[in-house]
Amino acid sequence: MPNMSLEKIKMPEQAPDVRNKNFEEVALGYTEEMAMEEATRCLNCKHKPCVSGCPVNVRIPEFIAEVAKGDFLAAYKVITSTNALPAVCGRVCPQESQCESKCVRGIKGEAVAIGRLERFVADWYMKNCHEKLEKPVQNGKKVAVIGSGPSSLACAGDLAKQGYAITMFEAFHTAGGVLVYGIPEFRLPKAIVQKEIDKLSEMGVDVMTNMVIGKVLSIDEIIDDMGFDAVFIGTGAGLPSFMNIPGEALVGVYSANEYLTRINLMKAYQPKYDTPLRQSKAVAVVGGGNVAMDAARCAKRMGAEHVYIVYRRSEAEMPARLEEIHHAKEEGIAFHLLRNPVRILDDGNGQVCGIECLKMELGEPDASGRRSPVPIEGSNYVIDVDTVVMSIGTSPNPLIRTTTHGLEANRKGCLVVNEETNQTTREGVYAGGDAVTGAATVILAMGAGKKAAAAIDEYLQNK
Amino acid sequence: MFRIVNKKELNSAVTLLEIEAPFVAKKAMAGQFIIFRVDEYSERVPLTIADYDREKGTVTIIFQKVGLSTKLLASKEIGDSIRDFVGPLGIATEHEGCKRVAVVGGGVGCAIAYPQAKALHQMGAKVDVIAGFRNEDIVILEDEMKAVSDHYYLMTDDGTKGEKGFVTDKLKALIDAGNKYDTVIAIGPIPMMKFVSLTTKPYGIRTIVSLNPIMIDGTGMCGCCRVTVGGKTKFACVEGPDFDGHEVDFDELINRNSVYKAEEAKMQEEHICRMDKLAHDLIQ
Repeated sequence: MPNMSLEKIKMPEQAPDVRNKNFEEVALGYTEEMAMEEATRCLNCKHKPCVSGCPVNVRIPEFIAEVAKGDFLAAYKVITSTNALPAVCGRVCPQESQCESKCVRGIKGEAVAIGRLERFVADWYMKNCHEKLEKPVQNGKKVAVIGSGPSSLACAGDLAKQGYAITMFEAFHTAGGVLVYGIPEFRLPKAIVQKEIDKLSEMGVDVMTNMVIGKVLSIDEIIDDMGFDAVFIGTGAGLPSFMNIPGEALVGVYSANEYLTRINLMKAYQPKYDTPLRQSKAVAVVGGGNVAMDAARCAKRMGAEHVYIVYRRSEAEMPARLEEIHHAKEEGIAFHLLRNPVRILDDGNGQVCGIECLKMELGEPDASGRRSPVPIEGSNYVIDVDTVVMSIGTSPNPLIRTTTHGLEANRKGCLVVNEETNQTTREGVYAGGDAVTGAATVILAMGAGKKAAAAIDEYLQNK
Repeated sequence: MFRIVNKKELNSAVTLLEIEAPFVAKKAMAGQFIIFRVDEYSERVPLTIADYDREKGTVTIIFQKVGLSTKLLASKEIGDSIRDFVGPLGIATEHEGCKRVAVVGGGVGCAIAYPQAKALHQMGAKVDVIAGFRNEDIVILEDEMKAVSDHYYLMTDDGTKGEKGFVTDKLKALIDAGNKYDTVIAIGPIPMMKFVSLTTKPYGIRTIVSLNPIMIDGTGMCGCCRVTVGGKTKFACVEGPDFDGHEVDFDELINRNSVYKAEEAKMQEEHICRMDKLAHDLIQ
């Protein structure tokens, strides 16, 4: 008999007023007992609706059945047959809008905690299994992978397993892409990302940091001079947008990318690092996505007394995961919803002293299907802040596109690819992740990396 | 890791390092920059490339010890390595069409003005160099500049060497004396670049300045280096670092570059405490 409890087994968490002062992980993970009990909530449906909700088609009921039996190694093998980064995905995937949204148990009560179980299995494996990966027999072909975020990690991993010699080029001094510069330690410990990269190194992947492709080497040089047989571009969507309102050049205005990079990659929260960061008392984060939640929660942890989310629509339209919104509120972040900034105020010395907002109301649905915000004239008010973080989106970086002949992009700067193969408009050059889709999720990027890896393999076998 | 193969103290505050970085050396052009990080705990700091040797695979940087990171970098010796060295970043200076150029360098900015003068001289342009320093003690690259220029004018604020006065005084005098410059390239402290641009504006002479905002990645990803040029926001790391001096909002840049003054002072103090403690522990 399945466990008919309507609710998921709760995952232990640090208390909100404790965790908003440290960078340790918020969610602590299931114990073996909790995982096995939660696993018995799965009905093992014949038609497996959850699998269709997963961008990389993890065989969910199958791994959960192994967890229920207590065979966690078997569960791990099922997951990793299609998902290379379970410890990452179990933490940062928006399960509520993917696999768990399709779960039959969710019709009456809560869905099975698929994400928590995936995380449990991955963590159990990392803790208990220390098998060194063998370097696969080399097939004599070389593939260059540009970027080292989720799409690149997935692509490199799949190709390395098949014996390709992989060189991964990273622009920053540390590999991992958005997993290390963007997502904070308290949501995704960097040691987990490092383990994934170490796994690739064990398989023989050569990770070259400090390499800004498009500057130090062009795609043509990688192919023609360095003899790579194919290239995968997984350079993400790194270009931050600003609102173009007065005051954005004042001291105290950050892009979310800068703010998060200083804290996460450059570890401004650890005293032994030299990274400077403004010591803010009150911070307004503009935007309603996961990145905005991350920035707000970081600001709180860095010691700001007041942290505000300023978002122009209502909570229902927020693109952030429910869990992130919930966690942010618990940690004391104040939400100013249906508010749009019109200018940032100068204290007279070139520093931020406030943000002037306009109240909004929801009008008709726009192109995205969300009700579009309409300003209420004369409703301006000021929030006193000394720091503003702009988290209103990013677009793909043009460095490679503008230095590579024949690489087509769309109006938004996203690389154009064949949807079946993820090949760009250049033969032998593939792309995936945010560089193609614009800012999206880790799992979609990973799925694209895997798809490209399969296509690259096919292309090189026939070449 | 990137090994230091040569080191020279150019004056009490300015250091030259030649660093092994073959990929960077292969592609470097005048006007581009690198970002260095001394060790795992250091900041990422941009420096414009002073010279490069494609065959040896080395890149030369010249910098003033002003903050924590540059002091730490200057403490490294020949044979030591630094953790990160990435480049070449930014767009190389556009020299096309330059036939008669005044290159204006201020202080340590002369280190970056030098490769400009050299590149222009090699392409056959007529180059006048105006180099300005506070006093005699900090004059750098005098012989090198002379070797790549048609005329070399040395200015010091106090007149202890060369002529007494500012670079802008000399530039204006040269223009008024009938020198028909098609381009002025100004590299130095922000106020100097501002006043050179103000000097050339009435004459309508194209003026290129090399900006040095705070940066992290150098690839257009953080937006920290944004500057206002002609009323538009530009990312200096990918759209610069060179811009039209007549269009740059210099005052905004001065303000933005002051952002971590207080933090920097505090960190330097803590750093000294840390070093003192280390020394103390060693003695014990």
